[in-house]
Amino acid sequence: MIRGADLLRIEDLSISFAMLGGRVDAVKKASLRVLPGKVTALVGESGSGKSVISQSVMRILPRIATASGRILFNDPLTGRQTDILALSQDGPDIRAIRGRRIGKIFQEPMTSLSPLHTVGDQVSEVLTIHEDMSRAERYERTIEMLRLVGFAKPERAFRMYPFELSGGMRQRAMIALALICRPALLIADEPTTALDVTIQAQILRLLRDLQHELNMAMLLITHDLGVVANVADEVVVIYHGEIMEAGPVEDIFRRPAHPYLRGLMAAVPHFDMKPGERLKALREVPVNASHLLGTVGSRDRTGPEIVLSVRDVTKSFQIRKAGFFRRPDEAPLRAVDSVSFDIRRGECLGLVGESGCGKTTVSKMLMRAVTPDSGSIVFNDRKGPIDVLKAEGGELQKLRAKIQMVFQDPVSSLSPRMTVQNILAEPLEIHGRGTPKSRQETVVALMEAIGLNSRYLNRYPHSFSGGQRQRIGIARALALGPELLICDEPVSSLDVSVQAQILNLLKDLQKDLGLTYLFISHNLAVVDYMADRIAVMCAGRIVELAPREILMRAPVHPYTRSLLAAVPFPDLDRPLDFSASQAANASDMRNWAPQFRRDEAGEGLTPIDLGAGHLVLARRNADVRELRP
Amino acid sequence: MLRYILWRIAVMVPTLFLISVLVFTIIELPPGDYFESYVSELRAMGEAADMEEIAALRERYGFDKPAPIRYFHWVGGMLRGDFGYSFEYQLPVSSVVGDRLWLTVLVSFVTIVFTWLIAFPIGIYSATHQYSWGDYGLTFLGLIGLAIPNFMLALILMYFANIWFGTSIGHLMDQKFLNEPMSWEKAKSILEHLWIPVIIIGTAGTAGMVRRLRANLLDELQKQYVVTARAKGMNPFRALVKYPLRMSLNFFISDIGSILPQIISGAEITAIVLSLETTGPMLIKALQSQDMYLAGSFLMFLAFLTVIGVLISDIALALLDPRIRLQGGSTK
Repeated sequence: MIRGADLLRIEDLSISFAMLGGRVDAVKKASLRVLPGKVTALVGESGSGKSVISQSVMRILPRIATASGRILFNDPLTGRQTDILALSQDGPDIRAIRGRRIGKIFQEPMTSLSPLHTVGDQVSEVLTIHEDMSRAERYERTIEMLRLVGFAKPERAFRMYPFELSGGMRQRAMIALALICRPALLIADEPTTALDVTIQAQILRLLRDLQHELNMAMLLITHDLGVVANVADEVVVIYHGEIMEAGPVEDIFRRPAHPYLRGLMAAVPHFDMKPGERLKALREVPVNASHLLGTVGSRDRTGPEIVLSVRDVTKSFQIRKAGFFRRPDEAPLRAVDSVSFDIRRGECLGLVGESGCGKTTVSKMLMRAVTPDSGSIVFNDRKGPIDVLKAEGGELQKLRAKIQMVFQDPVSSLSPRMTVQNILAEPLEIHGRGTPKSRQETVVALMEAIGLNSRYLNRYPHSFSGGQRQRIGIARALALGPELLICDEPVSSLDVSVQAQILNLLKDLQKDLGLTYLFISHNLAVVDYMADRIAVMCAGRIVELAPREILMRAPVHPYTRSLLAAVPFPDLDRPLDFSASQAANASDMRNWAPQFRRDEAGEGLTPIDLGAGHLVLARRNADVRELRP
Repeated sequence: MLRYILWRIAVMVPTLFLISVLVFTIIELPPGDYFESYVSELRAMGEAADMEEIAALRERYGFDKPAPIRYFHWVGGMLRGDFGYSFEYQLPVSSVVGDRLWLTVLVSFVTIVFTWLIAFPIGIYSATHQYSWGDYGLTFLGLIGLAIPNFMLALILMYFANIWFGTSIGHLMDQKFLNEPMSWEKAKSILEHLWIPVIIIGTAGTAGMVRRLRANLLDELQKQYVVTARAKGMNPFRALVKYPLRMSLNFFISDIGSILPQIISGAEITAIVLSLETTGPMLIKALQSQDMYLAGSFLMFLAFLTVIGVLISDIALALLDPRIRLQGGSTK
């Protein structure tokens, strides 16, 4: 390693935060480098210190943080070496580097742009700060940059406000902002984490293309090994503020040396898992549901084969598009459009789709939180069918105990003012189950089932980690002995290693307690790991429903195929096919083959049976052979 | 936008109608009318009242007619710009109020400017230097300002101003100018007296505004777009003004709606303690003596200003915040 060759060189960087109880070390003696024109990925879980490192490179750390060590930036333009940590905070020297020589994009495209200023204003502002240009020149450069990042009509985008753009377009605007001064280094802090897979593939492709075109280096901060395998040249793995392993991407993926990295790789679900293969969580949770069996669960899988039957449910929302000052949009948005499916007893039905496709609305309808405009939902209890949409009074109360839900956000789904004991006992009290003593026994059994010590019962949720909180949420859902558990994105806010733990827990509980799951997720690999059958939703409709192996091996619908093609694998031999992720929107019906589109005459689409339980949404008169690609 | 404004103005009509009915009902609620309290007051002083004259006056002002007719008489007059007759002052309401109105506006306007000038720098400082000694000190001062009742502050200031500056504090001007026409001397006298009511009335408002500005700005300073602005290489102060400060101003614009009626009504209690020639004491007196035209017209005027003020702040909000202008909330 020749020193002069590195664009960015971090040596012995330590960062600590002043907290109430003293100083907390977020980063301990970290060293890494970024080569000019190359991509270095900094990989780690939340709280590992990877974002803090990226902030220190631009000296935009929070005020309570102090950094020591050296961050050397070799500007290829001037050939000068600067120690960024030696510059004064917010002084003119560091400001000349920020935005001009080093650009940065952030995770949340929703919040990283000001909602009160137009995209053009915020992008061209960087030029105002750093370049001596006339107004017209700035406008021209901004338009050119906006076109480069993929805005079809840059003049229009210039005048738009960020909230008028979709998440992917906002992230493109952010990239334009970061790159408009042609920096030598781009820091991308989880640039695609908040985006859907198909959009993620587009943004990754854009970043890679721009990186080649502008010949800049990139420090990519991510937790997603799939993204790393597809984009990075060098990889640095960080754990609890310490660098575990660093090297070229080949070495890291083919010969991971450090046990942490090996564990991380084994914890990610991937598509090539054999049936019955288990994920290896970094910290496995011992599950003991045997005590629970006597109180709330039962291994009994008898009863009607179909637990829940959903037929043609539709829900429209009237969107007051641009309310206040413009005419309201007349056509209501169909959030859920004649969706039908069955959930069989003891199975896990996966429901996949990108944000806004209506999957959460479906789950809310099953829970009676949203009332569909039309359609029927029937729950087949062991004692007979219950009409979910019409149940009232005692019947509804009974139904509530049969269907329970696990929520996405483990932080906001548990009341911070209740102890774990109260949280777990509350459903039992509401439904008047047992005596205080038997309730206490159930609560202890629930804690055992999720692998938490019952000593913790008197603690409040804030003293638990995200994964532990999610386990408490699962225990609460199990308290009443439900038959059907709706899991709405239960792992999407968790780290990879914790995710494996929760998925395994859910699997074990399903086996031990004979549960039926509806598993909702945007992550195909996770659904693949969990589900027996998978339904794919797009724009309010189920476009394809098939047993897991069929859907993964031989998908028919173009949307399913583009969804599968967009998932980045943590495997160097299976790179993403970026050419498939064209700039066009995968969920846009116009990009689909004609047999999957509604025709001009308004001829409707209908689920067509391809055999073996494989349904695909297509034209009524479409030939089955014609559908297969 | 134009459609929206026209629609809002149309909505104002039923709103004002409802308010006028309410105002009229409330004023009519106490038993008796002005003449009855007038007569009993005369009797209490041992004087005889000329009942015939009273009866004639009653008839002249329609007090013998049923309530709905009196209501329409009153509202109809207001629409024509005739606000009725103040029995207490024996003058048309417009000339009773008119005299004091501009003094009230002056005091309130200077108070508001004073509030803004003091509150903004302090609020910004407190938010950007959260938990520093300066922040704690200013917060402490602000809490004192919030906690001390205005009339108490008025009494304290009156005492010290008299001892230290020898100014007689009561009134907005020297007694000799009270009923004089406007002159250079009178204006100077008013300015000399103005600062005390401004400080007294403005303290609580300033302290409240500092707290709100600090809280709003602190929220905004945590936001990601502030980091984006820093990462652009912006000068920190310019970034502060352009992004978080601008975002935290919404509350301030919403306040405009309530400022307008405040300008006119003035701080009643402080005004009474300091015997200021503003409209506040007059309104209270009119309500006490059931001088219904004076009280009613004045209340109506305040209501009208409130409605207009809310409209203005809504329009200003829409102009300043594109989210309100362009983004309709979806209804579930």
